[in-house]
Amino acid sequence: MGFVNVKKMEVLVKLVYYGPGRGGKTTNLDYINQKYKERIKTDMVSIKTHGDRTLFFDFLPVDIGKIKGFDIKIQLYTVPGQVKYNATRKLVLKGVDGLVFVADMQEEMREKNISSFKQMQENLAEMNKDITKIPLVLQYNKADLREEGIPLLDFDTIDADLNGELKLPAFEGSAITGYNVVKTLKKAISLTMLSFKKELL
Amino acid sequence: MYGVSQEQLDQIDILLVQELIDIGVHSVIIVDVAGNVIAEHDNGNSQCDVHAFAALAAGNFAAVDAMAQLVGEQEFSVHFHKGEKESINFSKVNDDLLLITIFGNDVSLGFLRLKTAKIIEEIISIWKVTEY
Repeated sequence: MGFVNVKKMEVLVKLVYYGPGRGGKTTNLDYINQKYKERIKTDMVSIKTHGDRTLFFDFLPVDIGKIKGFDIKIQLYTVPGQVKYNATRKLVLKGVDGLVFVADMQEEMREKNISSFKQMQENLAEMNKDITKIPLVLQYNKADLREEGIPLLDFDTIDADLNGELKLPAFEGSAITGYNVVKTLKKAISLTMLSFKKELL
Repeated sequence: MYGVSQEQLDQIDILLVQELIDIGVHSVIIVDVAGNVIAEHDNGNSQCDVHAFAALAAGNFAAVDAMAQLVGEQEFSVHFHKGEKESINFSKVNDDLLLITIFGNDVSLGFLRLKTAKIIEEIISIWKVTEY
């Protein structure tokens, strides 16, 4: 849950990237880290396995400027995507203010996207958070693979799978090239800040 | 989103400085379970990246809490990591807050724990959250 520090005049916001394993959550943060190097004063923290998979989380704090005199610090986290790490995902979700769900557009990942999304919904429900109310943006990642002839789900299919009822903001993206990475982040931040708007204004 | 008043933060700051930094603790941080830094003080020589530290500390505490439940414990309310020059003591303040102290070999762990227990009681009495 976002913390308003009236003494330091800052608001701390927790934004979590969620999605199936090898979907590109860490790559999103890597791109943001490179792109906004000058605004990010610290190193990205990653707790990884020896095989370079996320074991616990990645953490990247980004300062986005001021609203009504308050410094807004967005703290980006990823969850570990591998199926076996659900207990860890729940720990990372504690106190979440907004979410980006990073799905993998490859046809072979269709079921994994759906089950990861369902599990996210269940994990949020356990924390009394309603998926229809929490700020959430979807990114359909790996669009760059289309050019390499790898079979991908088309936007409408993956959107119907994950977003058919919710009708949330969703973007095709490519974390490795940066396509729509910033757009996704900006949308997630703006939805999250809008959810705080009443309190800050 | 939540917050506490400036007066409460001032009271907590005074406690942390007078009761911990002034006895030789190198750094003290209060974080919430989401990994947010609530208050922080050091002796002026700390190079620690406080926000990264808070994220890791909250994750670490949550992981150990989950382990406690796996072995049939409600919680492990204190964690201690001993280093060659620096050690870290984690104490649970309440369901939402952790108090973390980083200190050297010149501070006795027993004394620190007595101090920490007293401070925790005071923080609990000060801490009145406003939820927005």
